Order: sequence, then C-alpha cells, then structure tokens
Amino acid sequence: MRHSLIVDVSTRLVTISTVVLSLYLLAAGHNQPGGGFIGGLVGGAAIALAYVGGGLERVRAFTRFQPWTILGAGLVVAATAAVVPLLVGGAILEQDFVKFDLPVLGSIKATSALVFDTGVYAVVVGMVFMAFEALGEEDAPEGEPS
Amino acid sequence: MLLTLLLVHAAIGLGLLAGARWTRSWSFLIGALPLAAVLAVLATRWRGLTDGDVDTESATWVDGLGLTADVRLDGFAGLMVLLVAGMGVLVMAYGASYFGRTAASARIAGLLVLFAGSMLGLVLADHLIWLYVCWELTSVTSYLLIGRDQRSAGQRTASLQALLVTGTGGLAMLAGFVVLAQQAGTWSLAELLADPPSGGTAGVGVALVLAGIFTKSAQVPFHFWLPGAMVAPTPISAYLHSATMVKAGVYLAARFAPAFATMGLWRPVVIGVGLTTMILGALRALRQSDLKLLLAHGTVSQLGLMMVLAGSGHPKATKAVCVLLVAHALFKGALFLVVGLVDHQTGTRDRDEIVLGGGWSAVRVVAVASAASMAGLPPLAGFIAKESAYEAFVSGGPWDLLTLGAIVGGSALTFAYSARFAAPFLRRRPVEGAPSDAPRVAFAAPAVVLGVGTVAAGVAVAPLLGDLVRAAANALDPRVGDPSVSLWHGFNAALGLSALTVALGVALVAGRHTVARVQRTLAVPVYAEDAFAGLLRGMNIAARRVTGFMQPGSLPLSIGVILLVVIGTPVIAVVAGGSWGGGGPFAEIAAQPALAVVLVVAAVAVATVRRRFAAVLLLGAVGYAMALIFAVQGAPDLALTQFAVETLSVVMFVLVIRHLPEQFRPQRLRGGVALRVVVSSFVAAGVFTLAMATGSGTAERATSAEIIERSEPDGGGQNVVNVILVDVRALDTLGEITVLAVAAVGVVALARIGRRPGRDAGRRTRAPEEPVT
Repeated sequence: MRHSLIVDVSTRLVTISTVVLSLYLLAAGHNQPGGGFIGGLVGGAAIALAYVGGGLERVRAFTRFQPWTILGAGLVVAATAAVVPLLVGGAILEQDFVKFDLPVLGSIKATSALVFDTGVYAVVVGMVFMAFEALGEEDAPEGEPS
Repeated sequence: MLLTLLLVHAAIGLGLLAGARWTRSWSFLIGALPLAAVLAVLATRWRGLTDGDVDTESATWVDGLGLTADVRLDGFAGLMVLLVAGMGVLVMAYGASYFGRTAASARIAGLLVLFAGSMLGLVLADHLIWLYVCWELTSVTSYLLIGRDQRSAGQRTASLQALLVTGTGGLAMLAGFVVLAQQAGTWSLAELLADPPSGGTAGVGVALVLAGIFTKSAQVPFHFWLPGAMVAPTPISAYLHSATMVKAGVYLAARFAPAFATMGLWRPVVIGVGLTTMILGALRALRQSDLKLLLAHGTVSQLGLMMVLAGSGHPKATKAVCVLLVAHALFKGALFLVVGLVDHQTGTRDRDEIVLGGGWSAVRVVAVASAASMAGLPPLAGFIAKESAYEAFVSGGPWDLLTLGAIVGGSALTFAYSARFAAPFLRRRPVEGAPSDAPRVAFAAPAVVLGVGTVAAGVAVAPLLGDLVRAAANALDPRVGDPSVSLWHGFNAALGLSALTVALGVALVAGRHTVARVQRTLAVPVYAEDAFAGLLRGMNIAARRVTGFMQPGSLPLSIGVILLVVIGTPVIAVVAGGSWGGGGPFAEIAAQPALAVVLVVAAVAVATVRRRFAAVLLLGAVGYAMALIFAVQGAPDLALTQFAVETLSVVMFVLVIRHLPEQFRPQRLRGGVALRVVVSSFVAAGVFTLAMATGSGTAERATSAEIIERSEPDGGGQNVVNVILVDVRALDTLGEITVLAVAAVGVVALARIGRRPGRDAGRRTRAPEEPVT
C-alpha cells in the first residue's frame, strides 16, 4: 500500500479520539449510554482503525502486554469482582456504590460494578487484539483483492 | 488454633512453592515446622482427648452459601493427626537427605506441606463439604507429587490414572454426601453419624460414599492405581501412598461403620471387598521382586484388612483397626524409607540384586524388625494388631468365622511376602567386600525412629498404644468401652490362630517355588488396570463418534439446523400457546419504513452478489441500517453496540476474505438452492411473527417495569441496560465473557496453525508444523 500522509495522520488522530471515547463510555456507562461491553467494542473499532492505518505493527504499539494477557486479566478482574462480595458476606456479584462530593467535579458516584465492567472491557478489547493477532498479516495490508 | 494451623500449612506450602529458588537447603526444615507445631498442639490436648473430650472450632467459610469450616478433634481424629503429623516430620527429615538441596526439591517440600495440610483438614473436618474439599485436595496434591517430573511419560500416566480413579470416586462421594445431608437435614458429620438416616435414599447415598472410600483406599477393583503411583519418589510413596492418604478411605469407613454397618448390604459389600483386596494384594506382593512394588501390593493387602476391620462396625474390630492403623504406619513407613535408602545408595530396588556392604547394620535391623512386625510376629506392634483382628471375629456367627478364615489366609500370605522382603537384609555380606555405601546417620535416622517405634509399641504396649487406641476407638463407637491392648492375652483362640498363621506362612516360604509356579499358571482373566485403560479408550472413541455425528463439518447444514430450531420452537409456542396479541404497530416513525427498505434491498443483494468483497460490504450496510433503526427507536446502547460490532466484523471479514477465492462458487445443485430459499423464508417469517408477537404487548410487563424501578436505588445506575448487564444478570455476563475468551483463544489457535503467535512471530524459534491438535 502506498503510504498516504493524510491517511496516516487522520487515522492516528481518529484512533486516539476513539480510544478516549471508549474509555468515556466505560466510565460513564452506569448512568449514561455505554458500559464495558460497548466501550470495549468501540475500543475494538479504534484498534481496527489503527490496523487499517498502520497494520499489525501499529496495533501492537497500543500496549506492551500480550493480547491473551489482557484477555486473561479481564477475566480474572471480572471473576474477582464476582467472588469478592461472597468473601465479605454478600451474594455473588452483589454490587455496592458510594456517593461523595468532590470540589471541582461535583457529585461522584463510585460503584463496584465499574470493576466488573472494566473486566468486561478488557476481555472484549483483548479479544479484538487476539483476532487481529490471528488474522492480520505481519506486514501492512497490501491493498484488497478486487 | 487448629484452623489457624491449617492456614499456616497452606501459607507455608504455597510459600515454598513460590520461593523455591530462595529456600533451597532450608525447604524441608521449614516444611517440618508446621507439622511439628501440630504435634505440639496435639500433645497439649492429649490428656483431654484420652478422657473423651472433643475440641471443636468453627469459622465462616463462604457465608453466602452457608458453608462453614468446622473442625472437630476427637480421639480418632487425634490418632490420625498423630499419624499425619508424625510421619510428616519424619518424611521431611528424610526428604532433606533424599532429594538434596535443589529448587525442585523445595517444590516437593511445598507440595508435601500442602498435602499434609489437606490431610489434616480431612481428618479434622466435621462439615461434609469441607471434608470433600480436603479429600480432593489430597488427590490433587498426590497427582502433583506423583507426576513431579512432567517429562517422564510413566509418571504422567500414573499420576493421571491415580487422579482419575480417586477423583471419580470423590465425585461419587460428593453426591453421596449431598444425598445423606438432605436425608439427615444436617451437613455436620458428627450429627449425621449420631442420628443416621435410613431407607432406600440414604442407602444410595451410603453406596456412593463407599465408592469414594474404595477408590481412595485402593480396594478391588480400584486397587491398580496404587502400585502405579510407585513411580513417585520413595519418600512420597511412604508418606502419601502408605502411611496417610490411602488411609483416608479407611478413616471414613471407620467413622461411618458404627452408624451404617447394620444397613442393608454394607457389611457383605465392605467386608467382601476388603477380604478380596487383602488376598489379591498379598498374592501380587508375593510375585514382586522390586521391593518397592512388593511393599505397594502389600499396602493394598493391608488396606483390605483395614477395610474389613473398619467396616465391620463391631466394637472389637473398631479397636483392632485403630491398632492396625498405628502399627501399619510404623512398619510400612519404616520399610518404605529403608527401600528408599537402599535405592538411593545402591541404585537398585531388586531383591535379587541388592548387596549391602558395611555400615548397614542399623538399617538391616530396622528392615527385619519392621518386616517381622508386618508378618505379625511377637513382640511387635503388628502382632498386637493381628491378634486384635482375630479376636474381633473369633466369637461370631458363621459369616464372622468365614471372615476370620480369610483373614488368617491373608495373614499367612502376608507372612510369606514379609519374609520375601526381609531375605535380602538377612543375607550375609559377600566376601568380595561390597562398596561402603551406607547412608549418613541423619538420612537413616527417620527409618530407625520408626523401627524403634515398632518395637516400643509392642513391648511397652500399655503406656504407648493403650491410651491412644482407647481414645480413638471410643470416639468412633462408645460401645468399645475399655479395651485391653496387650501383648499377652493368655492361651486363647487368637493365639492359636497366630501360631497357625506362622505355620502356614513358614510352609508358604518353604514351598515358595511351588507357590510361584502355581501363581504363574493361574492366569487372571481380566486385569483391572487393563479394564480401566479400555474404559478410557472406549470413552475417547465414543466421544469421537458423537462429535463426528454432531459436527459433520458442513456449514450450511449446521446453520440450517440451528436456525430452524431457534426459530421453529418459539414459533410453535406462539402459535400453539395462543399468545398472539394481534400484533403491534407496524411503524411509528416515518424513518423506519425507509430504513427497512434499505435493509431489505441490501439483504437481498448480499444473497445474490457473486463477489465476496461486495457481499461483505453489503452485509455491513445491513448492519448499519439495523443500527439506525435502533437509534431512531430510542435505543442508543443497542445502536452503539451494533455500530461497533458491524465496523469490527467488516474489518475482520476483509482480513479473512483475502485468503478466499474472489467469487463465490456457483451453486451446482438446484435443489440445494431451493431448499435454502425455503429455510430462509421460513426463518424470516418466524422472526417476523415473533417480533410482532412480542411487540403486541400481551406479555407480563412487571419484570421490565420492576427492573427499571429498582435500577437506580439497587444497582446505583440510571442506565438500565448497563445495570442489567453488570448487576441484575451479571452472572450471565460473566459466563458470556468467559465464552468470548475461550472463543478468542480458539480463533488464535486455529488461525495461527504453523505461525508462532505473539511478538516473536518473526523469529520462528520452533518448527512451524508444530501440531496443534
């Protein structure tokens, strides 16, 4: 593929904003549209964009963790969030939340569901990473068969 | 205190596993510490235990499931704790010399501590589930210890075999526990035994528990895993597969027998199985020339005898099993350690090859004394155990006398294989002067300690064995009363039987060549081990057949079947159930029909275009149109998800179709196309019907309304969709992401066949055709 500067720069920019959007969706998910699953998928879209722009190399540049590490870590986080309430005497996967006021940001609600959601996010993102790892070409794609 | 000690075992065991690199030379010493602490605690409680006191401790384990870790230390548990901790300390001391001071041996020390902790938990457990967990933990640690060297195929096979046999039995036992707990209305072992349930259902429960007992204690026909497990290093065999773990089944049988022995077929089954095991094991032991295998088969035989005594439920037999448990741990532990010494120093375990040089005299004495105890010769611990066993059955009915006869026969065989074991240690030193390869004092000391114990328990029987046995037997069954444990009971039937045993044994030794010839000619039709292997093979073949039938590998067939079932079943329900509410509104906003037209056109185009790339793009168009419909309907979550999924799938498709032909293959079968059209049309009509049916509003609205109401106060979120995902149906989500993760691993494994995964893809350190099956 001929490397076009416009494609290169614009995919980089859009990728970064998409990643930010996905993190926002993850964080805001409990009260606004979003959540770990959607956030993870949008993050996956960012990864896809990076692949289109710069191939597997740029996908790998996202993180220094292996895809399966992310995937496994997500599962561990989610499972831990599921089991911890049992240990403190609650039901499995019982969620709790606290509200507190911060000077600038206003009223903040911290919920334990966010931990679980983060696990879901990591699993989805890890899965997308793995899909590209599995199906992507080592070199940047050399144009589509037409 | 006891619970804390169990936790200390877990912590130290895991610590040794993790820090194997650093603890090296100290590993076995560190490993012995918690066991020594257990012994110290036991000593402080000893007075109370002999008076019949019971210590209980309880801690909440998983509150949400009503699980508690209940610990109950009575006399019998005290006896088992003494065996586990006492043998543990000795094996740790022995292991330090046997294994050397490498990181690998530190891991063994860690596993041994974990095993000891599980075993202590098992004998102390009062909650049935807690007992089961400890039971399986001993199986798992045993698996890890047998299969210590993962490069050895023999060790892998043996460890897996042991795990499968004991694990399957353990599962049966769990089911039995559940049945019994339901019948008795309690999970406490003590309460269950104090007020045992009766009736057919309870009988099924007891039978299932017996399956677990038999597999763990290597009873016929599950005995074969124990000799197989002898590929483990000798200290491990001595500890797990002779002194402690294999006695877990005997332990539980002894606990259950006073309550359940009179129930149905308990006695015939347990005693029959035990006697068969005893005779069969002894006959096999008589054939071995590898001393360790001889001991292994001998252990199977002794376990059979213990099972008979433990399962009989007769107070005298209960007393006898307590004596035998101690005596067996002493002599068999010592003999295993001796074999380990010989093997380690001379490199052979074959009785015909063993040549002992100078400096072995202490070990020789221990070996001969322990073998004599095993043979049941006075004045040793084994003699008292055997006499007690005879006494238990000598004054009973015809069945008891038959049992007695079988025990006498088994004991005569035991005498014969004990003599077979002892022979190389009685042999004179060859004149040539064998190399001086005697073990260091510290290495031989544990075996000597056990040997001294064998003699001391026999000679000074009242102060050493008496209290212990009385406390243990009375804890099992108060009817035991004050049993007399002594060397000399006067001239009675038991003494006569002992003399008969020795006479028969001597005859077997004298005629050993004839016995060997007879054994060779008596071909056994079926070996249990072969049957087990055949069972495994059969299961694999069956699994392959089922998979081949269920997954023929035809994508159209699979998808067609799935769609027809998924759509057909609810459509039948709607039509037959009459929940058709007349259908909802066809469209609410003008944008909807417009989008629907786009959707339909794109969908038809997907099915008819020839080029794959175009089909992928059109499929994307279908998805985006769907997402827009969601968006105008007021479902932003759904729309967002659909957009993201659609984007990703298009990219993935593009990645994949590069490897496929540019165009679809033209359909050759006309009938195939027609069938596909029919199935597709049916599915489309079905989905439409279902959509209209669910939209028509006859369904109960309470569920969704309630979730929406409770979302904010209970789940702490205003986004109901997310609250459902992470709170209301969070367990589903957990399951889904697990499936997702497994699928992702599968995709990588399939797609990367021949490619090294990960960042080192360019390096190709291994051959690319590494099998992935």
